[in-house]
Amino acid sequence: MTVTQNRPGVQAERGTRLVRRTFAVRELGILLALVVLVAATTIANPRFLSAQNVKDLLLGSTILAILAVGQAVVVITRNVDLSVGSILGLSAFATGSVFLAAPGLPIPVMLVIGTALGAVLGAVNGGLIAAARVPALVVTLGTLYVFRGLDYMWATGRQINAADMPAGFLKMGTATVLGVPVLALFAVVVLVVVGYYTANYRSGRELYALGSDPAAARLSGIPTGRRILYAFVTSGALAGLAGVLYSARFGTVDANAGQGMELNVVAAVVVGGVAIFGGSGSVYGAALGAVLLTTIRAALPVLGINVFWQDAAVGALILAAIGLDRALSARVGRSLRERKAHV
Amino acid sequence: MPPPLLALSGVSKSFGAVAALRDVRLELYAGEAHALIGENGAGKSTLVKILAGVHAPDEGTVTLDGRPLVLRGPADARDAGIAVIYQEPTLFPDLSVAENIFMGRQPLRGLRRVDRARMRAMAAELFERLGVRLDPDRPARGLSIADQQLVEIAKAISLDARVLVMDEPTAALSGVEVDRLFAVARSVRDAGAAVLFISHRFDEVFALCERITVMRDGQWISTDPAAELTVDQAVRRMVGREVSTLFPKQQTTVGDPRLEVRGLTRHGVFADVGFTVRAGEIVALAGLVGAGRSEVSRAVFGVDRYDAGEVLVDGRRLPNGDTGAAIRAGLALVPEDRRQQGLVMELSVERNATLPRRWSLSWGGLLLGGAERRSAATWTQALRVKAARLADPVSTLSGGNQQKVVLAKWLATSPRVLIVDEPTRGIDIGTKAEVHRLLSQLAADGVAVLMVSSELPEVLGMADRVLVMHEGRLAADIPRDRADEESVMLAATGQAGRA
Repeated sequence: MTVTQNRPGVQAERGTRLVRRTFAVRELGILLALVVLVAATTIANPRFLSAQNVKDLLLGSTILAILAVGQAVVVITRNVDLSVGSILGLSAFATGSVFLAAPGLPIPVMLVIGTALGAVLGAVNGGLIAAARVPALVVTLGTLYVFRGLDYMWATGRQINAADMPAGFLKMGTATVLGVPVLALFAVVVLVVVGYYTANYRSGRELYALGSDPAAARLSGIPTGRRILYAFVTSGALAGLAGVLYSARFGTVDANAGQGMELNVVAAVVVGGVAIFGGSGSVYGAALGAVLLTTIRAALPVLGINVFWQDAAVGALILAAIGLDRALSARVGRSLRERKAHV
Repeated sequence: MPPPLLALSGVSKSFGAVAALRDVRLELYAGEAHALIGENGAGKSTLVKILAGVHAPDEGTVTLDGRPLVLRGPADARDAGIAVIYQEPTLFPDLSVAENIFMGRQPLRGLRRVDRARMRAMAAELFERLGVRLDPDRPARGLSIADQQLVEIAKAISLDARVLVMDEPTAALSGVEVDRLFAVARSVRDAGAAVLFISHRFDEVFALCERITVMRDGQWISTDPAAELTVDQAVRRMVGREVSTLFPKQQTTVGDPRLEVRGLTRHGVFADVGFTVRAGEIVALAGLVGAGRSEVSRAVFGVDRYDAGEVLVDGRRLPNGDTGAAIRAGLALVPEDRRQQGLVMELSVERNATLPRRWSLSWGGLLLGGAERRSAATWTQALRVKAARLADPVSTLSGGNQQKVVLAKWLATSPRVLIVDEPTRGIDIGTKAEVHRLLSQLAADGVAVLMVSSELPEVLGMADRVLVMHEGRLAADIPRDRADEESVMLAATGQAGRA
C-alpha cells in the first residue's frame, strides 16, 4: 500500500523537474546562441555592437518577429500559415494606396485598417480550413498564390514611392525612443500581449490543448473549429499590421513586398522551439528565433563568411534546432517512461 | 418508482452501412449504479459517445429529468451534468496534469485569467480524495496507462456530475486503485448522481451495481436488478449462444519451435520477454491494455526496434527492425488497428489483398492486372469475403470483411509464423467464429500462431498456451488445461505471486 502510494509521487517530481529544465533550456538555448553569436561577431569587428548597428538589427527583426508571433499561435494548434508573406504584401500595398487617396489620414487609423485587412484574409484561411476540413498546409499554400495574385492585379505593375507617403508616417519607420526603434516597440507590445494571452487565458490554453491532441480536444468540448479560425485571424491580423510597418520602414512598396517571407517566418518559429506538430513552445521563443535569424544574416558578412553561404547557414540552424528538439524530447520521454518500467 | 434521471429510448445509430445501435433503451436512476455489459462490438462505446455528445443519434430520444436533451457536442453534455470516463484516456501529453483536469473550465482570477495556483491546489485535492500521489504540475506525457486513467477519473469527479459514465475504467488499474475508484463512485452515487458502469469483470459489476443491462450486436437485450441475475445468465445473454461452440480449436500435433524470442527488451516499454511458439501451436498473449503486448509483436515483426534480445525463426536469427527480412523468413503480422496499419483504405480489395506479394506477382517489376486479380479472387473466396466487386475500395467493406481482407493478404504469403493482434476486435459474432475456424485450420496445417487478444473467452477458447504480460514483463505461461479467467486475470493485474 505504501509502495503504491509513494511511487507515482516521487517519480512525478523528478519528471517535472526534468521537464521544467527542458522548457527553460529551449528558450534559454536560443538566447545563449544569440549571445555567443553577437559576442563572437563583436570580437571580430567591434563596430557590430555600435548603436547604429544594434538599431538596424532591431529594425530588421521587427517585421519577422511580429509575423513569427502570429505564426507561432497557428503552429501551436498543429497548423501552419504559409500565406503571411502575401497578406503582408497586400496590406503594404493597401497602405500606400490609402495614403495616396487620403494623405491626411491619421497613422493609428492606418494601422487599424491594415490589421483589419489582415484579419479578414486570415478569416478566409481559417474559415476554409475549419469548414472544408482541408489541411492548413494546402489551404494556405493556395491562398499564398491567390492573395499575391490579387496584389498583382491591384498594383498592375505600379510602385508607390516614399514621396507619396505622409512624412510623419515615414518618420515613424526610423524614429527611436531612447535608442530603441519605434517599430521594434510595436513588436514588443505584440509579443507581450500575445504571450500573456496564450499563457493565462482559457482560450489561449485551449490552443495548446488543440495542438497537443486534437481528438482529445474535441472530447473536452473545446470548440476546435472556432479556435483554429481565431488562430488564423490572429496570424493574418499580425501580418496585416506588419504590412503597414513594412511600408513605413521602406517607404517604397510594389506588389512584391514580403514575397518568400513565409518560409523565413516558419524557420524563425521552428528555430524558436515551437514544436511543428503543435502543443508546445511559446511565442517568446518564436520572437527570439526571428531575432536570431536576422542577427545571423547580419553577422555572417562581418565574420567574413561569403554571403552566398547565408542560406546554408540558416538551413543548418533549422536542422540543428530540430535535431536538438528531437534529442531533448526523446530524452525526456525515455526518462519519464523508464522510471515507470523499472519499479 | 421515481421517474428516471436520464433515459434513452428507441436510439439507433449507423456508421455508413454498419448499424452500431438499433432501437436501444436505457434508464438511469438518481442514486443508483447501473451496469452495461456486452461483448466487444455490442455497441456499448457508441452508446457512451451518444451520452457524451460525440455522436448524435440517428433516431430516438435522450431525456434528462423527463425533458428532451439535444447534445450538439461534448461541451453540451458537460454543461448538462454528464461526465464521461472513456475506455482509452484522452489526455493532452504536452500539458500539465492539472491543466488536463480543468481544460476549458480552469478556475479564474481577476481579468478572467487562469488561476494556476488554485488550479494546482484543486487538482491536488482531487488526487487526495482519490488517494493517489500525482504531481499536478507534471506533464501528462509519460504517465502510465493506470495513472492516465486516474487523471481521467479526477477530471470526471471534478465536474460534480449528475450522471457519471465510466467506460471500462478499471481495465488498466490495480486492485487497490479499483477499490478507491469504487469508493469514489459509491460516494458520487450516494450523493444522488446516476452512475453508468461498463466493465467486462463480473465481480466488479456485481459489487458496484444495482441494475444490469445486457446488450448484444447493437441491441438492447435485457435489464434486471443485479440480485436477480446470475453470471451464467448474463454471459448467455451477452453471447447469445453457448460459449463452447464459438471457438472450434482443433487438436493438433505440436511440432518443432518455429518462433523463438529471447530476452527481448525495449527500454521503458517491455523487458526480458522470452517465449517459443511451435509449429501447430496457437499461443495467446494476454494482458491488460498497455501491458506491452502489441509492442512486443511489433518488435518481433521488425516494425519497431528493440534494445536487447533476439528473435529467431526456425533457428535463424532475424535482423533487428527489418520487416522485409521478417516477411522473407515467413513471418506475417495482422495488426491491431486494421484501418490505420492493416489496410490502405483507398485502394481496392484486390490491391490490398495482394500488396505484400506485389513482387512475386509482378513480371520484371510490372504488375500485370491478371495475376493480381486471379490471386485476390482465390483468397477472398477462401475466406468468404463479402464484397460487391474486388475493384471496390476496401473502405466500403464492413469491419468483419475488412479484417478478412487483412487475413487474406497475409495468408496468401503462406506464412510459417502468423502474428495476429486482436483478430476479432469490433467484428460480428458470425465472422468471429469464421476467423477462429481459420486460425485453428492454419495451426492444424503447421503454422505457428501468436495471438494477442484482450478477450478472455477468445484466449481461453483458442490458445494451447496463454502467455500473460504485466507492465512490460511476462508474468505467466499457463498451459491450456490450467488456464481459466481467474488465473489469467490474476497474472495480468500483477497478483499472480500474491494469490
